Amino acid sequence: MKALLIRDIRLAVRAGGGFGLGLAFFLIVIVMVPFAVGADTELLSKIAPGVLWIGALLACLLSLDRLLALDFEDGTLDLLATAPLPFEAALSVKSLAHWITTGLPLVIAAPVLGVLMNLPTQCYGWLVLSLLLGTPALSVIGTFGAALTVGIKRGGLLLSLLVLPLYVPTLIFGAESARRGAVGADVSTPMLLLAGISAAAIALMPFASAAVLKVNLR
Amino acid sequence: MSLWEYANPVKFLRLSERVLPTMWVLAISSTFVGLVWGFFFTPDDIRQGSTVKIIYIHVPAALMAINAWFMMLVASLIWLIRRHHVSALAAKAAAPVGVVMTLIALITGAIWGQPMWGTWWVWDPRLTSFLILFLFYLGYIALWEAIEDSDTAADLTAVLCMVGSVFAVLSRYAVNFWNQGLHQGTSIPVATGERSVADVFFVPLLISMVGFGLLFLALTLYRTGTEIRMRRIKALLAREGRN
Repeated sequence: MKALLIRDIRLAVRAGGGFGLGLAFFLIVIVMVPFAVGADTELLSKIAPGVLWIGALLACLLSLDRLLALDFEDGTLDLLATAPLPFEAALSVKSLAHWITTGLPLVIAAPVLGVLMNLPTQCYGWLVLSLLLGTPALSVIGTFGAALTVGIKRGGLLLSLLVLPLYVPTLIFGAESARRGAVGADVSTPMLLLAGISAAAIALMPFASAAVLKVNLR
Repeated sequence: MSLWEYANPVKFLRLSERVLPTMWVLAISSTFVGLVWGFFFTPDDIRQGSTVKIIYIHVPAALMAINAWFMMLVASLIWLIRRHHVSALAAKAAAPVGVVMTLIALITGAIWGQPMWGTWWVWDPRLTSFLILFLFYLGYIALWEAIEDSDTAADLTAVLCMVGSVFAVLSRYAVNFWNQGLHQGTSIPVATGERSVADVFFVPLLISMVGFGLLFLALTLYRTGTEIRMRRIKALLAREGRN
């Protein structure tokens, strides 16, 4: 498992792996927002938590079609499916690698971009915490979407159509806790629900992903 | 004589051909009676005026939008567990009917909301979760369309339907938490046996609910028959091509 994790991270980080692409996309989305809604700092700081969450979510979505497609094409997935390691575990590791190479950098970059968005000072901690809790769910749900569409040529758009509705609960609770943090309200309820969704998704989604991927490998 | 006999496409087609004419007549006549009674023979509401009459389309359509997804979930489970092709095709056939019902509910709701709430759309939990349900339907249909191999498509959409159901329920409660709404509570709470709709409105509503339900069943049976025949044609063409 460790070897698989290290392999996936290496592949993602090295040239052509698309590492940093998600981050750059995140940056560019955030930069585009003031152009669209105006540079009014008060307005920006009001919508900042939601925009940062949407940006992170889209950046995560963008990297999903690379998650399994390359391994599907060169036959790595066939080997993994027949390996002694349970396929569910292998997929969990792949989700973890995706999170480390995509989710974690987004979490780290979010406060920096928060400065651009004039994020209220007391919100930084809550934003980082909510992203930290929420992005793992985005990765495992995204793995399911990638597993569904891996056999389809040019499945990128379909992937978004399938995955974005599944992201709704995570987005609601994540953005809500960041928003409550920004106005200084009590964040515990949405934060706990977000953590609950993440925990449940991490526990259950690999089984669904493995089931559909096995169908696709038939 | 068990229910599983109808997993045989021939028997299924024979049965559906036998019941469909009756079902069409019942569905169309009860929808017609319910709607005409509702539109022309009920009094206007004191506060809502004649706009109240959209309830005879809105409520049954919303009801069937949810039940269609539920039926797809059951059919998907049967496919995954017992591998009956008719079941998978029934789920496929029900999806477009469900998406139309969802759209009808959304549109009639908007038309009613404009004079009553003063807005076409609000981000109310019920409205939002229906919009999300609509997106789930679209994703489900798109996935069916995108995959060539029919067994693979059936497997993948069945799992998507199950996962989607969990997330649809989750979204329902999440949006509830996110925004308190404008939409009124359920008109006919079955559990408590009470209702907030007066008898004059309730009887035609009930009839059109039955009508929409039958209409959904008839359309789904009909479309399932079409899907079975399409699959047969494909098989025949493939056999022709080999010879």
